[in-house]
Amino acid sequence: MRGIRTGDRLLHIYTWIVIVWLSSPIAVMILFGFNDKKSKSNTTWQGFTLRWYTELFDIPDLTVALRNSLVIALVTTVITVVIGTMLGLALGRHRFRGKGATNFLVFAAISTPELVMGASLLSLFVSGNVPRDANTIIVAHVLFSLSFVVVTVRARIVTLDPSLEEAAKDLGATAWGTFRQVTLPSIMPGVMAGAMLSFALSVDDYVVTSFVNGSTVTFPLWIVGAVKTGIPPQVNVMGTLIFGIGVLIAIANAVAARRRT
Amino acid sequence: MNPRLHLPRREAFRIAGLSAAGLALAACGVQGQKAAPPKADAVADFWSKQTKHGKLVFANWPEYMPEDKGPLEKFKSDTGIAYEYKEVIQENAEFFGKADPVLRAGQSLGYDIVVMTNGIQLQHMIELGYAVPLDHSKLPNFQANAGQKYKERAYDPGNKYTIPYTSGVTGIAYNTDHVKDDITSIESLFDPKYKGRVGMMADAQEIANFGMIALGIDPEKSTEADWKKAGEKLKAQRDAGLVRKYYDQGYIDAVSKGDVWLTMAWSGDVFQRQLAGEPVKFVVPEEGGTIWTDNMLIPKGAANPVDALMLMDYLYQPAVAAELDEFIQFVTPVPAVQDLLREKAKTAKGEDKKALEEMADSPLMFPGEADYAKLRSYTPLNNKQQQVFNPIFQSITQA
Amino acid sequence: MRRLTPYLLALPSWMWLAIFLVVPMVAMASVSLQTGNAIDGFAMTFSVSNYSDALGRYSTQLVRSLLYGGLATVAMLLIGYPVAYWIAFKGGRRKSMYLFLLLLPFFVSFVLRTISWNFLLSDNGILFGTLKDWGLLPADFHVLATTFAVVGGLTYNFLPFMILPIYVALERVDPRVVEAAQDLYATRAAAFRRVVLPLSLPGVFAGVLMTFVPTTADPINAQILGGTGNTMIGNIIQTEYLTNLNYPTASALSFTLMAVLLVGIFIYARALGTENVLEAAAR
Repeated sequence: MRGIRTGDRLLHIYTWIVIVWLSSPIAVMILFGFNDKKSKSNTTWQGFTLRWYTELFDIPDLTVALRNSLVIALVTTVITVVIGTMLGLALGRHRFRGKGATNFLVFAAISTPELVMGASLLSLFVSGNVPRDANTIIVAHVLFSLSFVVVTVRARIVTLDPSLEEAAKDLGATAWGTFRQVTLPSIMPGVMAGAMLSFALSVDDYVVTSFVNGSTVTFPLWIVGAVKTGIPPQVNVMGTLIFGIGVLIAIANAVAARRRT
Repeated sequence: MNPRLHLPRREAFRIAGLSAAGLALAACGVQGQKAAPPKADAVADFWSKQTKHGKLVFANWPEYMPEDKGPLEKFKSDTGIAYEYKEVIQENAEFFGKADPVLRAGQSLGYDIVVMTNGIQLQHMIELGYAVPLDHSKLPNFQANAGQKYKERAYDPGNKYTIPYTSGVTGIAYNTDHVKDDITSIESLFDPKYKGRVGMMADAQEIANFGMIALGIDPEKSTEADWKKAGEKLKAQRDAGLVRKYYDQGYIDAVSKGDVWLTMAWSGDVFQRQLAGEPVKFVVPEEGGTIWTDNMLIPKGAANPVDALMLMDYLYQPAVAAELDEFIQFVTPVPAVQDLLREKAKTAKGEDKKALEEMADSPLMFPGEADYAKLRSYTPLNNKQQQVFNPIFQSITQA
Repeated sequence: MRRLTPYLLALPSWMWLAIFLVVPMVAMASVSLQTGNAIDGFAMTFSVSNYSDALGRYSTQLVRSLLYGGLATVAMLLIGYPVAYWIAFKGGRRKSMYLFLLLLPFFVSFVLRTISWNFLLSDNGILFGTLKDWGLLPADFHVLATTFAVVGGLTYNFLPFMILPIYVALERVDPRVVEAAQDLYATRAAAFRRVVLPLSLPGVFAGVLMTFVPTTADPINAQILGGTGNTMIGNIIQTEYLTNLNYPTASALSFTLMAVLLVGIFIYARALGTENVLEAAAR
């Protein structure tokens, strides 16, 4: 028995080590949001200051880029979750013709390198006379997030006991009612996981976005453009705030989880 | 939710049909677009039909315009032309890669002024007829204030399509904490005592220039045999383990931190770090260095060419050019700026005064005659030559 | 109506994938068989030689990419599996909190993360500079601009894609099954090996799929963290596409890369013994 507890303990510590490792460059990023730098480059520590927090929106293009990223990510997530969940349901619950081909398509979407996806999408938009802007970015983002959501939701659905849904139907619930009150809550963890993943993928994407953005700049695109001449601390501050909000959500979730049980 | 993203059946079929058309196009091959240079009357004809619209869209590189957009604001109050400024250009190759399909399809990029470096992609823009020939009768400030060298660029004789925005010099930057000698020769980059501590540029044209200069060859007049020789020297450098990395732009952080001790570098980048007190020095090798120019041009299909032309000329007023250069800290095409900065320094105080004086006296921002004499442009390449040139150097930087 | 349900459910995704994935891919396949250049135009010549030429010139980088991708994938498996295991079985009510914390760094742009790594791993920076001052490392030790940095960067950047699917698979395992296994087998390790591990294999497979592909094709980590001799096939494709405007070669390379990846995945699936690879992949 003793061995098991130690083993668990070690794994617990190990998990935290991995989490810390994943977050360590974030610590650097947060730190340099307080750097009192005088030149254009933000790579040597020159003193502590809070001024970037007050001058956060001083670079209009950067603010616009951040806003674009957040809006695009939000819209992408909504679309992806809706149509992805639908497909996950179809694949997990039903038998239909073309199931194999659909699986292959989902598989293919994951296997396509971003570079290839971006280049081929650009050619499509151009030959179709579609102007490149936030809409085309959303299209691309949904494309590569879709598979992740489908796979996650489908995995979850496959494990559900269909008897619950059958019982609901026997009791007279409509198909939509059954879905809303029985199926959906059960697959919610999978849907939420897919939503988080989709949001993160969208907000962080560089390669595909760089092909189809036209003149719309997103946060990662702006930053890469600024690498050459030095990334302003406002970027660090924005990253810090995004991260901070995320941490708060995680804590809130944990507190709520404790209350739920 | 964006209504355009619903796909009613009609739309779906239309898109499917267009995609099929696109497919057919792809299957049949894309038509070549090599354009013959326009006749003079055609140019005059084009411009006579254009009028001022009161707005323009300016696409540029990041950090090439002060944050308060001073020069653009002044332009607006002087001419009443509203501007949209977009920092959407990060790399010539990438920009051209995205512009090409659009322009090839006869569509507009949505920009009235675009800034590109002289080199392969700018060559393509001109060769493919993607650049609108300029009306020099509307560029009086350029005529009056541009340095003579900037009117004689080999890549665009007579400034038919482009006028310079800013220039830069490629030389050697070295970290003074680690390199105690005074670097003067390009051979230092090939010196075995700096094994593993040398940075070179990944761009084929940049690295080719240095390879050739090190062999005493003038890149502007080089031939295929010369390129091969340069390639061999660079390959030897690589095989000897001298080069730590072939950089796109990250060399400046690397040399400031001391991860590399000497590297090919652009003057403005080094100047900015020096201003911040970092231990880097810049030198144009005695055998020679490279001078490149970022140029303004009007892309085909621009909606507001007259307004664009007016802005391009406006930026050549010495006071405006000075304000621009004070921020960009690269080499301005308007020589009068140097004196203007000195004058401004006289009435400035403290840190600003020091910074302005450093700028005005810096050979990185205002190269002297001796420096200019040593500087060479990139090798001019047409499309066929490029097919030979690129693999020679890419096989070294990307092995 | 009942029979139509799956088709209606699948329709939007089908359309999306058909229009934005299939059509461009077919067009790209067509381009890969053409010859020409950007100025004079391209023409369809069914030149399969594009493929053999590309392979001939870039086989080194292709093999290297498979190697780096493989190493990173194995590393992610070794590092990530224990984390997935712990969260699934011992995470309790805080499971989603842990998952969220794992994903959190990825809400912040990868550029910022990579630049921060550049700073942390700098030759004479906070980490190594201090160790060198204490004499624990030789003066010319460096991590940046080495293969280790590139593989490390790939491992770091794609780890959550390995952890999440394995977690999903493990989380479905009834803890009572694990208990029963531990009662049956003498050691915990045996219980794991005989019972838990096989049950998690679909998750492992999904994790490998979602990491091996993007790491092999990634150009960014090699670009920022690599040195001479670390160029990967993603960088090559980028150069051929954007700098050389050599669309046929770039397209041929892209398809070659995807074909190689698919072959690799199928071989792996066979080795795992999964009967229907496509079904398993979607799990």
